Amino acid sequence: MSQTVAETETHVATPSVLARLLRRPLALTGLVIIAVVVLAAVFAPWLAPYDPYEQFFEGLTIEGAPLPPSAQFWFGTDLVGRDLFSRLIYGAQTSLIIGVVANGIAVVIGSAVGISAGYFRGWADTVLMRFTDLMMAFPALLLAIVLAAIFSPSLWIVAMVIAMVNWVQIARVTYTETRSIAERDFVVAERAMGAGAGRILFRHILPHLLSTIIVWATLGIATTVLLEATLSFLGIGVQPPIPSWGNIIFENQTYFTSAPWLVFIPGAAILALALAFNLVGDALRDILDPTQQGRH
Amino acid sequence: MSKARAMQQKTTSGLLEVNGLTVQVATPAGARTVVDDLSFTLEGGKTLCIAGESGSGKSMTALSLMQLLPKPMARVSAGTAKLDGRDILALPEAEMRQVRGRHIGMIFQEPMTSLNPVLTIGKQLGGAISAHGGMRGGLSDAAIRARALELLDQVQIPEPARRLKQFPHELSGGMRQRVVIAMALAQSPQILIADEPTTALDVTVQAQILALIRKLQADLGISVIMITHDMGVVAEMADDVLVMQHGRMVEHSPASVIFSKPRHPYTQELLAAVPRLGEMTGTSAPKRMSDDATASVQTPAPAEPLVAVKDLTVRFDIKGGILQRPVQRVHAVEGVSFDIMPGETLSLVGESGCGKSTTGKALLNLIPWQGDIRVAGRETRGLGASAMRPVLRDVQMIFQDPYASLDPRMRVGDLVAEPLHIHGLASGSELDDRVAYLFRRVGLSADQMRRYPHEFSGGQRQRICIARALSLSPKLIVADESVAALDVSIQAQVLDLLQDIQNETGMSYLFISHDMAVVEQISHRVAVMYMGRFVEMGSRAQIFENPQHDYTKKLMAAVPVADPSRPRRAFMERAEDLPSPVHELDYTPPLQAARDIGGGHMVWEAAGR
Repeated sequence: MSQTVAETETHVATPSVLARLLRRPLALTGLVIIAVVVLAAVFAPWLAPYDPYEQFFEGLTIEGAPLPPSAQFWFGTDLVGRDLFSRLIYGAQTSLIIGVVANGIAVVIGSAVGISAGYFRGWADTVLMRFTDLMMAFPALLLAIVLAAIFSPSLWIVAMVIAMVNWVQIARVTYTETRSIAERDFVVAERAMGAGAGRILFRHILPHLLSTIIVWATLGIATTVLLEATLSFLGIGVQPPIPSWGNIIFENQTYFTSAPWLVFIPGAAILALALAFNLVGDALRDILDPTQQGRH
Repeated sequence: MSKARAMQQKTTSGLLEVNGLTVQVATPAGARTVVDDLSFTLEGGKTLCIAGESGSGKSMTALSLMQLLPKPMARVSAGTAKLDGRDILALPEAEMRQVRGRHIGMIFQEPMTSLNPVLTIGKQLGGAISAHGGMRGGLSDAAIRARALELLDQVQIPEPARRLKQFPHELSGGMRQRVVIAMALAQSPQILIADEPTTALDVTVQAQILALIRKLQADLGISVIMITHDMGVVAEMADDVLVMQHGRMVEHSPASVIFSKPRHPYTQELLAAVPRLGEMTGTSAPKRMSDDATASVQTPAPAEPLVAVKDLTVRFDIKGGILQRPVQRVHAVEGVSFDIMPGETLSLVGESGCGKSTTGKALLNLIPWQGDIRVAGRETRGLGASAMRPVLRDVQMIFQDPYASLDPRMRVGDLVAEPLHIHGLASGSELDDRVAYLFRRVGLSADQMRRYPHEFSGGQRQRICIARALSLSPKLIVADESVAALDVSIQAQVLDLLQDIQNETGMSYLFISHDMAVVEQISHRVAVMYMGRFVEMGSRAQIFENPQHDYTKKLMAAVPVADPSRPRRAFMERAEDLPSPVHELDYTPPLQAARDIGGGHMVWEAAGR
């Protein structure tokens, strides 16, 4: 979500940032992949060649094995004869919500906790960071299972659960960095000018944390998509037959040797999405850092 | 050890001939020559000083002689350096390792960063002693220890046996630099390259280290290449001087000639820019004080002091143990009182850790303190951030390192506008006009406003900081070592700017500095600080022409003088350190009585002194 925030800022504040983003081939590649996935998710009913839930009679061999990719089923079929391509397109909705929204909320919570604890020190530091340590020590999966069991499973509950367990690393990292930045002279100078905490935090400390946050946010996309898959696998995530990239892998992983495309293709989709966000994130970090200008 | 001795016997004639040395650095715009066709000869047992300002290529010269240039960014593109007839620039890395340490030792500027913080002094010295000749250099533990003790003794470190077990952070800056020198001498090199070895040290410690290097040179017969920006240090140390500018040698002469008859205009400029202690004798106003401004300040005592500080005390707790309770206390500032009049410059001078910066920060409520501070009639004790804001319109601060104190991600125009934003004083085109005016006021052009701090030089950055401090039209500026990080010629310009602003606006300064010569130029009144207290305070003339306290005298004697004909200071036996300001919790500082010896000249002396 930090991605989307950064991109909207791009349009409002300085339109030239988007133009500069488009000039970089790697960033452009990333943007194209993200755009493709977003379009697929939004227009899934029109784009998908088949109904993702329909089990085709001709989707299985005589022996009942799934079909490999062919002209009729582009990405092959799964164990019960559903079209994998259509399921991937519908699955993009779930994965985007988890990877971008859930992860984005985790990034926002983590950064807010880390930055406040790092800047204010004192009791705020103690309370927030001890709580973070507690969350870190707690097995994330177990916590997710408990939370998911309390609320009835649905996509949005899964997203919330993932946000609740995934913010701790970001809190830890931003905390450490904030502490060192807060000691630097320009922050002291800012205090000497009479600047309030809000101004120092948002205008002077946050921009310096941007590169760290972007790296963690993009890394988080892959891990949250997979965490969703784990939860789905355990029966507390997205409920079958609703497809998500993660649960497609988990449903089919035992047949990896006989039907590798069922694991390989959704895995490649997750990888491509995470990589795309990473490429755009990297480029954004460089563009937004004036001291890096002219070095790429 | 005997091996090392033999080495030394063999090679007492250390002779280095550098011919046409050229160093290039790769930049996005292509190769840039940073050292251009440099040639010199270093005689055995002599000291060659390479002097120049930052960016003149003096450090690059030293690094290239050691083949320590940052690769692949920088490379030697031409030239030879013959050591005993062997070209050390052409040696492969394996052979060069034999040269480093054994033939040429090197000392760097910052002693803390050239020591490994997680190893004891003994381990690091041991490493330097046994660095060559395979496993442990064929030496036994006992032999290494004996040599380490001998080296520490040579560099005059008290209690050497205890030091071996200590870590770098347990030693003072001066002690660390002595350890670094000991490590450089471990293999008994013929040549010692010292890159700004005393720049990070206090003047009294600097004097000790310089004297130590001279003594070691005389005892061991080594040659020294000393790289420095300080013409005072050059005068103290050099037999020959090589002045560099923009990578080129502009003058190379014996020290006596450089100082008495500098030929090149750049050398003359460099020497002219050096503030000399005692230069201002017989005057009472700062150097550039115009006559009418002098008159206005000298008008019979202005009724109300701008700043009145009474019994300012700053103590920091050191927490420890499982419960993080305070276990010890740092007595940073201990009962300091002073006034600053409108239009006056009060200088706080002292060595690092004496509490002078802490005093300055207390004026802006940047740290917790006790006592009474009144700024323009307002009590500032216990004011929170928002209650302090109106006071900060009257008091602003300029820091030591201009780059560190400017947010690198903001345009400099926005940085200068920042205080106006915070205080809601201007917006829109009014704000732009005000910022443009401030840029012109400090000698920058208004079209530089859209650039970022890293695009400016050190002196320009400090001007930006001054513009930012001026934006609120404060009545007092606290200048904390504000020219210490600048080259001498730039330093002179910035000092002039500060004084011009004072002449024009009647600004007051609290000028915090360790540099006695700079303080002499800019001050109306001077307070000498030692261990968190004032030891002497008075007018500029009173302090510099009639110093009373022992510490003031010692401080002034330690300042290097840019005059090689002056007899060089004798070597001081055994280093002494500043006492520690860390005390137990129940410590009560002894009372000190102030004595007015006439005309507001105050001297503090401890009862038992």
